Amino acid sequence: MDYLALFISAVLINNFVLTKFLGLCIFFGISKNLSASVGMGMAVTSVMTMTSILAWLVYFFVLEPLGLQFLSTIVFVILTASFVQLLELIIKKQAPTLYNMWGIYLLLIATNCIVLAVPLLNVENHYTFLQSIVFSIGSGLGFALAIILMASIREKLAYADVPKPLQGLGVAFIVAGMLGLAFLGFSGMM
Amino acid sequence: MEKAFFILLVLVGVGAFFGIVLAIANKKFAMEVNPLIPEVEDVLPKGQCGACGFAGCAKYAEAVVLDPDVPPNLCVPGRAEVAAKVAELTGKKAEETEPRYAHLKCRGTKTAKAAAYNYQGVPDCGAAKLLQGGPNACKFGCIGFGNCVRACPFGALSMGEDGLPVVDKDICTGCGKCADTCPQKIIELVSFEAPVTVSCSSHDKGGDARKYCKNACIGCGMCMRNCSHGAIKIDKFLAVVDKEICKECSDPTCLTKCPTGAIGSLTGKTKEEKSA
Repeated sequence: MDYLALFISAVLINNFVLTKFLGLCIFFGISKNLSASVGMGMAVTSVMTMTSILAWLVYFFVLEPLGLQFLSTIVFVILTASFVQLLELIIKKQAPTLYNMWGIYLLLIATNCIVLAVPLLNVENHYTFLQSIVFSIGSGLGFALAIILMASIREKLAYADVPKPLQGLGVAFIVAGMLGLAFLGFSGMM
Repeated sequence: MEKAFFILLVLVGVGAFFGIVLAIANKKFAMEVNPLIPEVEDVLPKGQCGACGFAGCAKYAEAVVLDPDVPPNLCVPGRAEVAAKVAELTGKKAEETEPRYAHLKCRGTKTAKAAAYNYQGVPDCGAAKLLQGGPNACKFGCIGFGNCVRACPFGALSMGEDGLPVVDKDICTGCGKCADTCPQKIIELVSFEAPVTVSCSSHDKGGDARKYCKNACIGCGMCMRNCSHGAIKIDKFLAVVDKEICKECSDPTCLTKCPTGAIGSLTGKTKEEKSA
C-alpha cells in the first residue's frame, strides 16, 4: 500500500511539471504535437528509471561510505549525461525502430532537470531501492501525463481565436498555469 | 586532506569509468554509414515533401541505398531526371515515372456558390469545416482559406481572385502534400495524359447541387449517355470518369454536352509539351 501511495503521489500530487515546475523547457518545447509528446514522455520515463537505479547504487555504495554525500549533484550530472550517451549508442545499434521513434528526444534528456531531480530526491528522502524505482516510474508517468494533456490542449488551441499578443507561447503559459491549478486539487487526496 | 583525496578519487574515477565505457561502446556499437547515402541525398530535391513514402529526403536516400526492394524512381518532384541519377548511383534500374500534378475537383467560385452562413472565424479550412461542415451551402466543395497553398513546399499554389486555389502546372511536382492537407479531400493528382476530368465533388441531389452552386455536377447523366466508350459512370449524383478507358478517346463528345460545365478537359499542357 505504501508503494501505491508513493506512486500516486509522484504521478498526481507532486507532479513534477505542474506542482514542482521542473522540466519546463521540454514541456513547452515539445508539447506542440501530440505524437512527439507521447514519444518524449516514454523516453523520459524509461531514462529516468534507469538513471535513478544507477544513481541510487552509486550514492549508497560509493558516496555514503566515503562521507561524500555533498558530491551527489555533480556525480549525478556526469552519471546522467554519460548514461544517456551510452543508451543512445546501444539502441541505435540494437533497436533501430526504437531509435527512430525516440531520435533526438533521447539526447535532449541528457541535460534535463527532471532527470537530475529524481535521483537527487530519491537519496534526499532516503528511499529504499524499490521505493526509488516506484518513485521514478511514477514521476516519469506524471511528466508524460502532463505533457500529453498539454499537447492535446495545444492542438485544439491551434484552431482557437487567440488574441495576437498571446499567440504561441503566451497562451501556452496561461494554459499551463490553469493545469497547475487543476493539479493543486489533488493535494488534498492524502 | 584525506577527504580531498577521496573527492579527487571519486570524481576522476567516475569520469574515467564512463569515459572508458563510452569509448568501448563507441567501438563496439559503431554504425557504418554507407558513403553512398549522402551522395544520393545530394541529388534529391530536398523539398522534404514525403511523396516517396519516407520521412524526408534523407530517409529515402538511406532506404534506396540499403534496401534492394526500394525503387529509385519514388521521388515524384524529381521526375525522370532525379530517378535516372539515383538509379545510376545505386545501380538500380530506372523505370518511367508518370508526371502528375494537383487538380482541384471544385469550380465553386465566389460568384457561383451559395453561402450557408457568414463565417467570421480563423481563416483556416480545417477550422471552418468544424462549424457545420464549412460556410458554403455545398458541403463537398472548396472552403477557400488556402490550407493547400500554405502546405505546398514548392510554392506552386496560389489563391485565385475567384476564391479557388490555382495550380501552376509548371512548378507543381505532384507530391500530394496539398491533397493530404485539404480537409475536403478534393485535390486530386492527375496525370498529364488524362484528357477529361470532372471538376466537382458534390454528391448532393441534382436540384440541391444546382441550388448550392451554379457550376456543380448535377448527376444528370448526359455525359454518360454521350460517351461512346462507356468511360463515365454516375456515382451518387456525381459523374466519375474511368481514366484508363478515357485515355484512348480522340473526340470527347461528353465535354460539349454538360449543362453546367462541370466536366471539362484538362486545359493544361499535354505530356509531350511538358517534357519538351
